[in-house]
Amino acid sequence: MTPLLLSLKLALVTSLVLLALGLPLAWWLAFTRFRLRFLAEAIVALPIVLPPTVLGFYLLVVLGSQGWLGQAWQRMTGHTLAFSFEGLVVGSVIYSLPFAVQPFTAALGGVDRRLLEASASLGAGAWRTFLRVTLPLALPGILTGVALSFAHTLGEFGVVLMLGGNIPGKTQTASIAIFDNVQMLDYATAGRQSLTLMAISFALLVLIYGLDRGRSWRLR
Amino acid sequence: MSAPGILSFDVELALGGFSLRCAFHVEREVVVLFGASGAGKTSILESIAGFRRPERGRIEIGGRVLFDAASGAFVPVHLRRVGYLSQQPALFPHMTVGENIAYGLHDMASAEREVRVRAMMERFHIAALSGRKPGAISGGEQQRAALARAMVCEPEALLLDEPLSALDQRLKSVLLELLFDWQLERQVPMLYVTHDQQEAYSLARRLLVVECGQITADGDPRQVLDAPASREQAARAGFENLIEAEIEERHTELGTMTCHLRHDLRLETPLVEKRPGDVVTLALRAGDILVAIERPSGLSARNIVPGVVETVEDRAGMVELTVLCGSTTLKVHVTRGARQSLAIEAGRAVWLVIKTQSIRYLRG
Repeated sequence: MTPLLLSLKLALVTSLVLLALGLPLAWWLAFTRFRLRFLAEAIVALPIVLPPTVLGFYLLVVLGSQGWLGQAWQRMTGHTLAFSFEGLVVGSVIYSLPFAVQPFTAALGGVDRRLLEASASLGAGAWRTFLRVTLPLALPGILTGVALSFAHTLGEFGVVLMLGGNIPGKTQTASIAIFDNVQMLDYATAGRQSLTLMAISFALLVLIYGLDRGRSWRLR
Repeated sequence: MSAPGILSFDVELALGGFSLRCAFHVEREVVVLFGASGAGKTSILESIAGFRRPERGRIEIGGRVLFDAASGAFVPVHLRRVGYLSQQPALFPHMTVGENIAYGLHDMASAEREVRVRAMMERFHIAALSGRKPGAISGGEQQRAALARAMVCEPEALLLDEPLSALDQRLKSVLLELLFDWQLERQVPMLYVTHDQQEAYSLARRLLVVECGQITADGDPRQVLDAPASREQAARAGFENLIEAEIEERHTELGTMTCHLRHDLRLETPLVEKRPGDVVTLALRAGDILVAIERPSGLSARNIVPGVVETVEDRAGMVELTVLCGSTTLKVHVTRGARQSLAIEAGRAVWLVIKTQSIRYLRG
């Protein structure tokens, strides 16, 4: 698998996992009355400020063949989590967590509570209210979160390097391949790869801001 | 415990700064909850709807327990079958008007749902708007759709929190009629919150006054509002003038008394069970006082008092005068036209005409 395809696959899997895990977490953050919610918010935001090497180091410790999670994984599957695609997914999910959960939380919390109350008083339980009212109204923000986490994973470098090593076809993503090619003074390949990565990221951001624009236009 | 259809409410609930303690029953009737904002009216509705969980007490509709602190029972909002509507229509912006109205009928066969939704839309004259989004219709149409949406579910009680206060007078009366027709037909308890005294008078035969979390009066709106229990309630009921007076003489045979205000102004007032020398607070609406520029004669009104206009303030729709009579200042409302034709200015000497029966007393 080429580095670029691997990057795209990693980004896709990561953003889908984040959609599945991040939505319930965001729901909880948006609606809980738990007094220590700010603590959970700080933990979710941590990957934004941590150097990827720090995050990668801890992940390596936990996921490696000596780590508890790494050992459990090895017993189940027969291979280590570190230096594998699955390991990259775990790392990326944590690394991109705030980029999904923060827009999700804002979108869910931004739905007018009076609409949720109206839904309930019209006989809709929590699940039905979520599917018919909350989700459709929060959809632009949720799509933004998915696209942002996809783009962020695509640009990931430090965590992958720490965690995945640099195994071509297995854990060598586009950003690492660029680094490699520069090291080998292959500027032509590095330039091509950089341009492709930039084009994809830019297209994604255009999509995100376009979505945001579309939403405010529709409300008017 | 209670008969079918009756809403019974007996609840204690902590509000910011004070606690609400209320107990009342609502039969298959319309009851107005009247009081200042912050008095606890909305909290009462929210407790019945299930948006708020009281600390103590019990709420029932037609014998069905919605909340009981003793047993820990608390029926969630979506199972209460209580309609709720506030000033905001809260229509779902991503659905059409028709979809909004059908929203509460989700477990009904689609053919029947269609029929019901259509009938309700025709009743509210919004059938033509069925395919439109809420953002594309007017405020009055939105509120109509919201009412239709709540009513099509056939709730066992209807809670209305100043639902029409954002609408103009004409729309208001149209919607009120639709509302009351529906209530007559369905015969469910209906609670209508308002802080507008005009509404409080005209809406229902029964009125509950809520003040600081307590029900301070319950009865016919005229009786309740014409015998205000407190200064605050008097002001809400539109008694702009509250004046301390001492009873001078009782005229039992005439059904009146003479009271004096600081010895320099005498008024004939309705007879009540008080003795000469007692101090009472007279309550008088600014709009119930007539202004004349010459001393009128041949009038049935017993009180014709001279005074001098102190201030003239043009307000929306009317003019408020303050008139000094003796050493008492009275507020008087006149129309703009009256002010112009009588050329009323500050400093002008006038005569005030006050009917005995328009004078009320603050209770207590």
